[in-house]
Amino acid sequence: MLILTCPYCGVACDETELSAGGEAHLTRHGPGSSDGEFEDYLFMRENPRGVHFERWRHVYGCGKWFHAARSTATLEVFGTYSAQVLIPPDDIRAAVSAKVPGWQWRDLT
Amino acid sequence: MSRYSVFAVAREAFRDHQGWTRAWSSPEPKRKYDVIIIGAGGHGLATAYYLGKNHGIRNVAILEKGWLGGGNTGRNTTIIRSNYLQDPSAAIYEKARSLYEDLSQDLNYNVMFSPRGVMMLAQTEHEIRGYKRTAHANALQGVKTEYIGPERVKQLCPIMEIRGPRYPVLGALWQSRGGTARHDAVAWGYARKCSEMGMDVIQQCEVTGVRSEGGKVVGVSTSRGDIDCDKLGVVVAGHSGHLADMAGFRLPIESVALQALVSEPIKPCMDVVVMANTVHGYMSQSDKGEMVIGGGTDGYNNYTQRGSFHHIEETVRALVETFPMISRLKMLRKWGGIVDVTGDRSPILSKTPLENCFINCGWGTGGFKAIPGSGWGMAELMATGHSPLTESFGLERFKEGRFIDESVAAGVAH
Repeated sequence: MLILTCPYCGVACDETELSAGGEAHLTRHGPGSSDGEFEDYLFMRENPRGVHFERWRHVYGCGKWFHAARSTATLEVFGTYSAQVLIPPDDIRAAVSAKVPGWQWRDLT
Repeated sequence: MSRYSVFAVAREAFRDHQGWTRAWSSPEPKRKYDVIIIGAGGHGLATAYYLGKNHGIRNVAILEKGWLGGGNTGRNTTIIRSNYLQDPSAAIYEKARSLYEDLSQDLNYNVMFSPRGVMMLAQTEHEIRGYKRTAHANALQGVKTEYIGPERVKQLCPIMEIRGPRYPVLGALWQSRGGTARHDAVAWGYARKCSEMGMDVIQQCEVTGVRSEGGKVVGVSTSRGDIDCDKLGVVVAGHSGHLADMAGFRLPIESVALQALVSEPIKPCMDVVVMANTVHGYMSQSDKGEMVIGGGTDGYNNYTQRGSFHHIEETVRALVETFPMISRLKMLRKWGGIVDVTGDRSPILSKTPLENCFINCGWGTGGFKAIPGSGWGMAELMATGHSPLTESFGLERFKEGRFIDESVAAGVAH
């Protein structure tokens, strides 16, 4: 059972209390973008076997969206953080780098 | 390799069964092959088989990281049907279903195809309309299905409670030629025939890199050394993204866990396959008597082959309402498989940005039923560069917006 701590209300939530929102930190493309960029935004996904940054929503709680860093290979949770950031904060990056040696950071900006 | 027949069984009975040979060989990889297929699951082996049978390409290696058919081929609930709404889906799934009908004869291996009939229950007004529409679409596609009322449902499956309080059974989409098959036997049968044609099925051989020169694939690096090839087929289901990354392109795919479970064996009580998509559960009875139950996928990316317990609980809770007699059944075991889900819930059978590299993935939660059709189309695509079965399933459809939208249309429990 996946347990994530909501960074807003501080509750350690069971996954039945949450709703998964898919990959985080996507570059949003809108009007004026090329077909390729729009395809990337809508459909292409990293889908890594390892560290994954995700959006989650605390549906049966405070109702707020937040971010989580999690491993898809071990189900380990590295941490959760605010939805108001475009890239993972330093403490999350440090936690991931410490637990997954050799993890290559891709450009998330 | 000796042919399996009643005479072979009789002959071996008289000599203490000493004459049986191994069903497929385990050769060392050669330096070079015409075609390498990555992934010895059902789809990979079927692709290799039809490359040899239909197109005469027999210098083929099938590389497998683990063991033969040890991925989703051995982890599904073995349901075979072709009652899809969209024309390209109906074409490839119906091709697969029709190939299943005489697959045992074709492969000389008993895949135990059992066309016992598949019904998809309509438990809301919306589903009634949806399934009637599918039945009409199937009539135009030449796929034999019909919409049946609740009395007929009860007649076909007497253990069902059709007047449940929350989800009464209002009707069903019935495909009488759908059914089940023995999943391991499908992989084993194809592997045996591939081996017989001189192909190399190489297990315990993990691909660690895809080598290319000038935008063209030239071979793969594996845990057992480099192997060259003219053409490469990537058929690795949940791990497609991983392989695409090695080959240098991205895929519109997310990998999630799908779970299934079986009960203790009981006496025969249900001779059809029932899918209840409103409540996300489906059930059939295996030849051993176990009730085989499947549910929906988890909502988050996962490669661990185990899923969340609450999904199993939801599935069983829903099925108990429709089948009250299973409420006292003990469940023997549950397991999870990693399924590769695309944005439109339809598969990808396609050329890739890397020349001579082909990909077959994205079957999501319904790959087993498609194995022969998928192999047939993929082999044609790899051998000739074009196949009418696969032309709509190209990677470029996401850029062009030509989706084959089965996410709602197929009414499957995703």
